[in-house]
Order: sequence, then structure tokens, then C-alpha cells
Amino acid sequence: MLPELGQVALILALLIAGLQAVLPLAGAQRGKSGWMAVARPAAYAQLFLVLGAFVVLTVAFVTQDFSVKYVADNSNSLLPMVYRYTAVWGAHEGSLLLWTLVLAVWNAAVAEFSRGLPERVIARVLGVIGLISLGFLAFLIFTSNPFVRLLPAPLEGRDLNPLLQDVGMIIHPPMLYVGYVGFVVPFAFSIAALIDGSVDARWLRWTRPWTNIAWGFLTIGIALGSWWAYYELGWGGWWFWDPVENASFMPWLAGAALLHSQAVTEKRGSFRGWTLLLAIAAFSLSLLGAFLVRSGVLTSVHAFAADPSRGLFILIFLGLVIGGSLVLYVLRVPRLEQGAPFTANSRETLLLANNVLLTCACAMVLLGTLYPLLADALGLGKISVGPPYFGLLFLLLMTPLVLLLPFGPLTRWQREEMSRPLRMLAPWAVLALVLGVIAYFTAPQGKWKTAAGIATAAWVAFGTLRFLWSRFKSKGNRFTAEMLGMTLAHGGIAVFLIGALLVEGLNVQRELAMTPGQSERIGRYSFRYEGVDELQGPNYLATRGHVQVFRGDQPLVLLNPEKRAYASGGQVMSEVGIYPGVFGDVYVALGESLGGQARAVRIHIKPFVRWIWLGAGLMALGGFVTATDRRFRKSENK
Amino acid sequence: MNPVRRRRLLWVLLLVVAAGIATTLVVFALQRNVAYLYTPAEVLRGETGERARFRLGGMVEKGSFQRTPGSLEVHFKVTDGDALLPVVYNRILPDLFREGQAVVATGTMKDGVFVAEDVLAKHDENYMPKEVADKMGMAHKKHDVQAPAAATEQR
Repeated sequence: MLPELGQVALILALLIAGLQAVLPLAGAQRGKSGWMAVARPAAYAQLFLVLGAFVVLTVAFVTQDFSVKYVADNSNSLLPMVYRYTAVWGAHEGSLLLWTLVLAVWNAAVAEFSRGLPERVIARVLGVIGLISLGFLAFLIFTSNPFVRLLPAPLEGRDLNPLLQDVGMIIHPPMLYVGYVGFVVPFAFSIAALIDGSVDARWLRWTRPWTNIAWGFLTIGIALGSWWAYYELGWGGWWFWDPVENASFMPWLAGAALLHSQAVTEKRGSFRGWTLLLAIAAFSLSLLGAFLVRSGVLTSVHAFAADPSRGLFILIFLGLVIGGSLVLYVLRVPRLEQGAPFTANSRETLLLANNVLLTCACAMVLLGTLYPLLADALGLGKISVGPPYFGLLFLLLMTPLVLLLPFGPLTRWQREEMSRPLRMLAPWAVLALVLGVIAYFTAPQGKWKTAAGIATAAWVAFGTLRFLWSRFKSKGNRFTAEMLGMTLAHGGIAVFLIGALLVEGLNVQRELAMTPGQSERIGRYSFRYEGVDELQGPNYLATRGHVQVFRGDQPLVLLNPEKRAYASGGQVMSEVGIYPGVFGDVYVALGESLGGQARAVRIHIKPFVRWIWLGAGLMALGGFVTATDRRFRKSENK
Repeated sequence: MNPVRRRRLLWVLLLVVAAGIATTLVVFALQRNVAYLYTPAEVLRGETGERARFRLGGMVEKGSFQRTPGSLEVHFKVTDGDALLPVVYNRILPDLFREGQAVVATGTMKDGVFVAEDVLAKHDENYMPKEVADKMGMAHKKHDVQAPAAATEQR
């Protein structure tokens, strides 16, 4: 009975989304207040209904109702309780329901926190979100209904993919979706502004915190995914340039460009058209990401969630959204006013460079991701684009970005004597270089990467601190939440650079055949393999290895990497043993049996690897802090 | 030419040059870092041409897996239904590596043996990389054998 209720709730939500899409947009065009007033209640009603459907599906998982096909496919009576909740979004149908729920939450939040905006603007913004919501609800109901019954009900379900039975998996998709979907707000705002034909600084000030929050969540989502891949896949890598990773990275890059360009447009009125275009791009890339992940057109680690038949629906939806927005853009953008003029030496120019570099990086990732599809379609053979492509192009594009970064906050708007910020930063550049040179001569291996990591991280960190100092020194200048947010995010980049480049340069990886009692020395650590034993888990049987780690001659820790064979389906998963540390991880994964007592063992020493995720966390925090700036709230009452 | 026009022209020129450099770099980077996928029959027919490094896709032939005892070195044969190609690998195999299952290996040919640097197995019980399924589907059609399901489908 309950699953049918969930279904009804979704259908009602679809109808209401239709109302929210049509009436407010038409009302705004004809100036009818009654029609526009539909938008808010419709948004609240949708949230209520979709949340209802989500709760129904969760109940079906918790009570193990195998008469629901989706539950039977992704759950099992042995599945531990916590994973019954997370299994809700463990496969396609449920994750789409989660996506729709997140959209409904953003929708209701926009309805709630937009009281200060003119009626016509908010009617259009909510109308556009209604259209998007309509598309996703239709997709959910017509192609991926999670409430389809399976009769007669099987006695046992097929179990959740073991890869997903993990803590990281509990929070990774929701965070990612909050970010992806959050870009709907700047997108809807752009469309509303294009229909209206003008960009009011006040409305733009209103959208900025939304972009910052969405981008912050996306950052957390991507970082969690990377962390999960690091400890769950057992390969020791943290980023693989996998198509699905790229799919989340593209909107992130576009979103980062958008944050900066929005700031310019709000403060100086420049880059109006560009800001609107970036907002459209960020959300379109989120949709493209959904398409790539869901359609199975690309071979990827995440291919378990794919189905080609659904690809067509998203492709059409994608075509409508992107095509429609771009047509509107081309028709309306010439009407927009120009902002204040600026010279070549100004903060505007630096932010323009930031935008060009981030957008280029985004385009490179897009090209590398879609190239195999293109080549296949053109009959050039089945190919894949390797990490070296992305690595090379990122190096080329990110180097100038990082080098220019400290200048941005220190340079004045509109017109600047470049010698001023240059004088401020010159000593710090020298210090950063010296540190880089020291790193070059002390690093045991990967000298260039280590030196580059230390020098660039120091440069960004010093430059950011120099900005802080000049702020505190000058009296009468307030230090706003926006500045604090920027400082945190830029500091996060410094921390990230340390992590990413040092782990590249100093990482040590060995794959060994070991017999019990055998010791192996790697750097200042040594590893003694002591054999394996069996361990019965709730829904798996594990082979647990014992590896004693020594630092010098002192015993450091006993690591227990496992190989788990899951009861249903017989899939085998690795569970790595990690000794985490601020300055580096010791990482041990168990390989296959090599006959007799011998075992394959994979050992990594990963210096500073945690700084990667710490840096991402700081960037996200920066986004959130920026969003709390008083200026954004004050504008509503004006 | 007035200063505004001159500046605009300069910007356009700069943009053209930048776009040119970018395109060159991208084409260069793509050419060097693209890996083509072949099946054993295609390799034996010599279709790999001059490409030293490529990806080999197919099924692990049943009964072909051999390990040098106590070491990481393994030998197995990859088949596409038409032909067999011996493979040697000296690193840890992925969890889901099995005989009779799909595999994609990256490496080079040496004396008639494919020396793999990297072996990927499917990530799911029924999953086969779509490109391998496509190619094997073709091979199987010729022999009128049932092709393995192209399991991009959800479990």
C-alpha cells in the first residue's frame, strides 16, 4: 500500500511542478499578481510531496519490502541497518529521487528566502525552477520509477553493491547533489534576467550567496568522492580523471569562475553577459554530468549505475535546457547595459584572467571526456584519453592561475599602478622561491614536483596572508565575511597544492609477494607480513591480513587490510589498512593469494595526502563563510 | 586607426594566437595520450600498426591462467572468440579478475606476448566495458554464438 502512496505523491508533485512552471511565468509576462502568487505555495507543496515519496522508499528499505523491485535489487536481509538507509540512493532510481528531493529543497528555500525581491523576478525564477523540476519528475516517473512492484515478491533481495557499503558513500551523493542542483538558482536567475532584459545589481547580490553555498557543497561532495576512492578502491589514487569524476569537476570549474565573475558584476557592473552565460554553463554542465553518469555512454568506475535507454530522455532534456537558454541568451544579451570601464591594469583584468583560465580548463576536461564518444561516432576507433592528457593541460592552465592569484585581492578596481602590488609581493615571491629550491635539494625523489608544490603553496599562502595584513593595517577598512571567505578559500588552495603535488612527487608504491615472517624495508618504514586469518562479517566473509609496521626499529602499528567476499553474488572487495597522519599515510592493501602461504601485498607511503581533502574543506568553508556576508542580507530590505 | 580600434584589434589578435596555441597543445596532448582498444584477433591481424602501447580487450580464456608460484608473475590468454593472445602481468590483479570474465589490459607486444602494465577487470558481477562488449558482439555474430550480454544494464 505504502509504495503506491509514494507513487501518487510523485505524480501530484509532477502536476504541481507543471503549475509552478506555467502560471508564474505567464503571470509575470502579463502582469497578473494572482498567477504569480501560485509559485510559492507550489514550491512548498512539491517539497512536501517529494519528501513524502522519499520517506516511503526509505521505509520500504528499512522494513525490507522485497515486493518493491528497487528494494529487492539493492538490499538483502543481511544488510546492516545503517546501509539500509543509504541503499535508498545506492542505484539509479533512488539516486534520481534524491536528486529530485534536493531540487525540491532548493526550490522551497528560494521561495522562502526571496521575500525582498520584486514579485515579477521571483515569479520568473521560481517558474524556471518549476520547469526543471517538471523535467526531473517526468524522468523519474516515466523511465525510472523506484516504486515498481515485483510480484510475487522474492524471499531474498540481491544486495547493495559492496562498493557502496561504506560510510563515505552515505554522505558523498547527497553533498554532490546539493552542489549540482544548487546551480539551478543562478541558472534560474539568469533566465529570469534575460527574459526581463536587465540585470539589477540588487538581484545579483541576492544570487551570490546561493552560488557560493552550492559551490561549497559541490566541493565537499567531490572531496568525499575522492577520499572514498582512495580508501575503498584499494589502488591508492585519489583522482583518476574518470569520466564520472570529470562530470562533477566541470560544473565545479564553471562554478568557481562564476563566483568570481558574479563578484565583479555585482560590485562594478562589468561582465554582465558573461556572468549570465557562466550561470547557464554551470547548471548545464551539472545536467551533462547527470547524463554521462546515468546513460552509460562512457566506460567508468561508476558504470554500475547506468542504463542506455535512459540516456535519450536526459539527452533530449539537456538539449531543451541548453538550447533554449542559449537562444534566449543570444536574443537578449545585446540589450544589457555595459558596466564601469576599466583599464588593463586592474582587478577586473585579473579576474578576467581567472575566468578565462578556469573556463579553458573546464573546456579541456569536457573535450577529454567527450573525445572517446566523438571518435567512436566518427569511426576513429575505440579509444580512451589517459590521465597524462589531463595532467599536462592542467599544469599549463593552472600554473598561471596560481601565479596570478595573490595579485587579485591586492589590486585595486578599475585602475592600478601594477608596481604597487608587485612591490608588496616581491619579497614573498623570493621567499617562496627559496623554499622551493630548498625542497628541490632535500627531496629524496620527485624533486621537481616537490619543489613546485612547496613554492606554489608558499606563494599562495604568503600572498593571502599579505592581503590579510594590509587589511588589518589600514584603519577604517572593515574586514567583511566575504573577505574572510576568500582568504579561507585561497588558503585552501595553498593547502591543496601541498597535498596534491607532494603526494605526486614523494609517493612510494611497492607491489610485493610476501610470505609470513618476511620483512621489507621501504624508506624509514619496514613492514613484516604475519599471515592471514578468516573473519565473519555481517554479510561477508573476510580474509584479514596482518602487517606489522615499524618506523625505524620501533613498532608503529599493526595494519589489517581485508579481502571481503560478499555472501550474495560472491563479489570480492578490498578493505585497505591505513595508518593516517598529518604528514602522511601508510597504506597497505591485500592482494590475491600466490599459492602456498605467499600473498600479494601492495604498500604505499603517501606523504601529505590528507592535505588534499583538508584544502578542499577549506575552500568549501570559504564558500559558506562568504555567503554569510551581511551585505547580502541587508540588500533585501532596501 | 583610432586607439580604441587599435586596442580592440590587439585583443582579437591576442585571442587568435592564444586559441591557436591552445589548439596545437590539445591536439598534441590528445595524440600522445590516447590509447586505442583492440581485440586479440585484431592484434594478430596486425591492425595495431605502429602503435606500441594500446589496450587489449576480451575475455580471460578458461583454463589459461597460470601463476609462477610465490611471485606476482601471471600468464593468461585473452580471447575474443576468434583468436587467443597470451598475456603476462607482473603486478597485483584486480579483485574481480576471473577466468571467463571480461578484462581490459594496457601494455605493449613483445615477442608475440602482450606485456601488460595495467589490468582492469569489470567493477560488477555482470558488467562488461561497453566497448569490449561491442567488439565481442561483432566477433560472436560471425560465429553465430550468443554474445555475452552488454551489461551496462543495472545488475
